[in-house]
Amino acid sequence: MKWTRKLLAGPYLIWMAGFILIPLGLIFYYGLTDSSGAFTLENIMAITDPQRANSLWRALKLALISTVICLAAAYPLAMILKRIAKNRSSLIVFIFVLPMWMNFLLRTMAWQVLLDRNGVINNVLGFFHLPRLNIINTQTAIIFGMVYNFLPFMVLPLYNVLMKIGNDVVEAAYDLGATKVQTFFHVILPLSVPGIISGITMVFVPALTTFVISNLLGGGMILLIGNVIEQEFTFTSNWHLGSGLSLVLMVFILISMALIAKYDKEGEGGAF
Amino acid sequence: MKKLSVLGAILLLCFSLAGCSGGSGEGETADNGVVKVYNWGEYIDEEVIDMFEEETGIEVIYDTFETNEEMYPIIEAGGVAYDVVCPSDYMIEKMIANDLLQEINFDNIPNMEYISESIMEGSKAFDPENKYSVPYTFGTLGILYNTTLVDDPVNSWSILWDEKYAGEIIMYNSVRDLFVAPLELLGYSINTTDDQELAQAKDMLLEQKPLLQRYVMDQIKDIMISESAALAMCYSGEVLQLQEANPNLAYVVPNEGSNFFIDSWVIPANAENKENAEAWLNFLNRPDIALKNFEYITYSTPNTGAQELMDEELLSNPAVFPGDDILSNCEVFYSLGTEGDEKYNELWLEIKDYTAQ
Repeated sequence: MKWTRKLLAGPYLIWMAGFILIPLGLIFYYGLTDSSGAFTLENIMAITDPQRANSLWRALKLALISTVICLAAAYPLAMILKRIAKNRSSLIVFIFVLPMWMNFLLRTMAWQVLLDRNGVINNVLGFFHLPRLNIINTQTAIIFGMVYNFLPFMVLPLYNVLMKIGNDVVEAAYDLGATKVQTFFHVILPLSVPGIISGITMVFVPALTTFVISNLLGGGMILLIGNVIEQEFTFTSNWHLGSGLSLVLMVFILISMALIAKYDKEGEGGAF
Repeated sequence: MKKLSVLGAILLLCFSLAGCSGGSGEGETADNGVVKVYNWGEYIDEEVIDMFEEETGIEVIYDTFETNEEMYPIIEAGGVAYDVVCPSDYMIEKMIANDLLQEINFDNIPNMEYISESIMEGSKAFDPENKYSVPYTFGTLGILYNTTLVDDPVNSWSILWDEKYAGEIIMYNSVRDLFVAPLELLGYSINTTDDQELAQAKDMLLEQKPLLQRYVMDQIKDIMISESAALAMCYSGEVLQLQEANPNLAYVVPNEGSNFFIDSWVIPANAENKENAEAWLNFLNRPDIALKNFEYITYSTPNTGAQELMDEELLSNPAVFPGDDILSNCEVFYSLGTEGDEKYNELWLEIKDYTAQ
């Protein structure tokens, strides 16, 4: 039996080697060498350059704000979903996931059309003689885009982990005299930590590395670390520097993975 | 397993991010071999590919790129041996300098006779002996403006610094193009790598940033058509389509001068089907085919045979065919070398990082 199981994993292993391990190896190779192929740490130290460091802090700030907003919005939603009947809640989850079937770029461009100066929202506001909303090409618009695009990644793990908390556990807490608030803070919240951690990393990492959202909704006016790396590949053709900066970002991704490994030992926070 | 499927979903998202790139020719039997073409996206009437395959029996493998800089490392690495590629002027110069191209046998391309003399002359800026390149399209960088939103005469780059139009101005999100405006205003070459001249230009761009609505590339079209902005930097090739969508739009090449570009076909040194590539180039320069392509991509064609088939109105539109007086005032981009590119990139970072608030 054992070897057939291993055989089934074959396609995935090939996929992983070809599209994850080899590219990762290439990033390490380029990131740690200069154009002559000699070992150097210069590409990584380039992050200390004031503009690049600024863009990293800015990206960290926006990703952090987006993650907090996502968590604040998703947790109550997941709690509500837990309370209503299973067949109805899965419909709501389905509706939530539905937009993810559409291309990420298109959805972000749609936000651009909505938020634009002569966009849909401003036309509606203008019709009712309300003040116009001028957030396009600002950091606020980028946060909007991040929250919109990554919210499902927060909702799904939270929903999963909350659904697994049995009602008997909650009832036991009530039986022992806990109030609703006490039950939440001493029972539900601690039990949902794996989902929270997994949701946070799944929102934080893509938000930190995005360059499309800042280009489209920030109007190219706001520089994030993702844009800096993109420019190294598309304009200067400096794959070494681009890879070196990517390695810096990878540190944050590794921290996130370590957090998941620590809190989510049984894989409970998985999204799907 | 759950985590794996999550990873899979994230990967899928990443892939949809990566966007699309290229398709290949129809699956006809290739009697006469193949030709591997590497061209800009949206830079050919796809019917032309089918016509070529039908007439010559050569199968076309067609891929596209978005920027010269994205194309260059792929040709340099040589993983795919493309037979014919269509880069811009300064990139051709760089490719010649790095021995990535081979001389074209013009005996196989009799239709070269249709290429305009002045464009062949202009090509000498990057291909001094006209040995490596066959011009495909050309155009200018200028200002696109909305005649109902701008009441001043537009004839100078300085209008892009006019506070009256704060929030109505759009600049290109690519550093060489961006620097054309301040460098021309200062009277410097658009190919300068002089630190002081570049610093002056950078200061002007910093000063301009608070007046800007945004830095973008292709979205300029949507924004200008929907009248969400009044003034934008624009390449002349886009103008015909834009004017069709919104007749209020006008195009001008500023008096100070500007960038003038030529996109030309070249044959990489490692091409495996050189003669098929030359057949491809000859086909593209047949007047009826050049006209068909022009009507699709609307970038000016250097093909005089095609020009003869066009009507007067089109020929007199300065966006389609700038006169020689305008062209003589414009400069072609030169390749600045790695050092020059890095200089511009550092300045770009500084400009993008700058916030006035």
